Amino acid sequence: MTDGSDTPKKPRLTRRELERRRLMLRTVGLGVAAVAAGLVGWYPVYRQMFDRLRPPGALAEKDFLASCIKCGQCVQVCPVEAIKLADGDEGYGLGVPYIDARAQACDFSCDAVQCVLACPTGALSHAIATKEEVTMGFARLARPESCLAMKGEGFTGLARGYDFTGLLRYEEIDRWEPQPVASHPYELELCDLCVRECPIQGAISLERISEDPADPRRIPTVHKACVGCGTCEMICPAEPAAIIIDTELTLEAQS
Amino acid sequence: MKWFLHKLAMMFGADPRKAAPTEETDAAREMKRYKKTPEQVQKRKAIIDHEHQYPLVSNKWRNMRWASIILINALFIISFAWDVQLVEGSMSASRFLGFHMADPNAALQVFLAYKELVLNLVIGTVTVVLLWWIVGGRAFCSWACPYHLLAEWAEALHLFLAKRGWVKDHPFHRGLRVVLWVIFMGLAFFTGYTVFEYINPVGIVSRALIYGPTVAVVWVIFLLGIEVFFSRRFWCRYVCPIGLTYGITGAVAPVQIKYDLEKCVHEGECRAVCLVPHVLEITKMGYASDTTEFIGPDCTRCGLCVDACPQEALSFTIRGLDKIV
Repeated sequence: MTDGSDTPKKPRLTRRELERRRLMLRTVGLGVAAVAAGLVGWYPVYRQMFDRLRPPGALAEKDFLASCIKCGQCVQVCPVEAIKLADGDEGYGLGVPYIDARAQACDFSCDAVQCVLACPTGALSHAIATKEEVTMGFARLARPESCLAMKGEGFTGLARGYDFTGLLRYEEIDRWEPQPVASHPYELELCDLCVRECPIQGAISLERISEDPADPRRIPTVHKACVGCGTCEMICPAEPAAIIIDTELTLEAQS
Repeated sequence: MKWFLHKLAMMFGADPRKAAPTEETDAAREMKRYKKTPEQVQKRKAIIDHEHQYPLVSNKWRNMRWASIILINALFIISFAWDVQLVEGSMSASRFLGFHMADPNAALQVFLAYKELVLNLVIGTVTVVLLWWIVGGRAFCSWACPYHLLAEWAEALHLFLAKRGWVKDHPFHRGLRVVLWVIFMGLAFFTGYTVFEYINPVGIVSRALIYGPTVAVVWVIFLLGIEVFFSRRFWCRYVCPIGLTYGITGAVAPVQIKYDLEKCVHEGECRAVCLVPHVLEITKMGYASDTTEFIGPDCTRCGLCVDACPQEALSFTIRGLDKIV
């Protein structure tokens, strides 16, 4: 055994050892990459890049993201298909349900919280059983200058135009079959759509602006009973909507 | 027992090895000695030559499996699309005819992140664990997982390119899957988010199939790209914690692939097609511990080896049934 003893060199790796070393390096690389890819999803959540209205009964945002198993059973039971699942740009919100109220509000066509009953993990909390108990958010007159009632104006025609796909429960037509908003023209002397179509008793009303009895102007006033379902936001004929839903995140930021 | 523990350790990343003399049964030792006699070696060589001349191609189990994956995922899609309510939900959690089902891996993450035990989820998880324990744990991978089917097609493309020398397989250490399993469960616990679900192609594909395509599908295509051009079946082999969860679920499952030492001619057709070839190391000359033995916990019961083996040395069996009948 004389090899290498008189010519001090780095111990040469055999092909096998070299391959093994490469394999281990690759493995560490893959491990780091997989974990890093997983952590990318944290950024949009941390920055609160998306301020989503969650379905009825949703736990507080952090708990909601933790407990939701991303199966979409809530999506499947909603009769008006108000619930959508978020895409990858929402980080850990991927596959988590939300409601875009302007496109399709939760109008309680299901007669109270089918999505809650469908949820297998309690992310939509079974603590609520009626629509009045829901606390998704809170309506706010965000653009009073564009509100027709504030201007004392009436409204005639389709609330959202002929190509709007949203559905709403018009009980006088059919209690069990939500109707397209686009099939239901209005003729109102004073626009009161947000109050008229609100599914919650006493959640919103039109109040006088001045003492003058001849003044037709009214202000939509949101009361404590509001659950944040977003029906007012969906039906509001102003573009963009004069009344919107503040989500839990927004409400937190405001307080 | 010790030999089974070795197979279990293999699932957690240990390298496969020969059965030590103390782990061999007398019958196996006798059989191996007999198989090494010159006339037996000659006979096997002739059989292999004949096989190569007249190759038998069977896709029986593969076709049944593809049908199973497509059927299971189609039930999800149809249930929502036609509102027939057979299987509501997606791969992560669902109701099958009203009964709760939950993916144990996703349910465990939710439990760790949320830190509360929800009864429905426990029921769903136990149901699924029992169901897949019977058919063999990782049978979920090859008989139900929608990503598995896509990955199989990517694998076919990879092998096609590799045969022409255009791509090369870069293996990783299989222990990585265990490390990632622990890391992702830990992340769920400490961050309170189901971190793995963000990169989980099974969930992404399942939801995309049922609820319509999403941008997240790009991630899945990226993973498939790696499988085609860089590393054969890398996600299922080295990364996916779901596979490990189901592997543990079915560690001692009734449904098994049985290896018959006597019939085997040790040519290795089975190892060439296997997703987890380390479990088939026992088919190498001198590696088995008994004349017949079960493949082991990491096996996905995909049946590719059963299809590939021209000697019928590998077969589906139900543990204990051959002793009863």
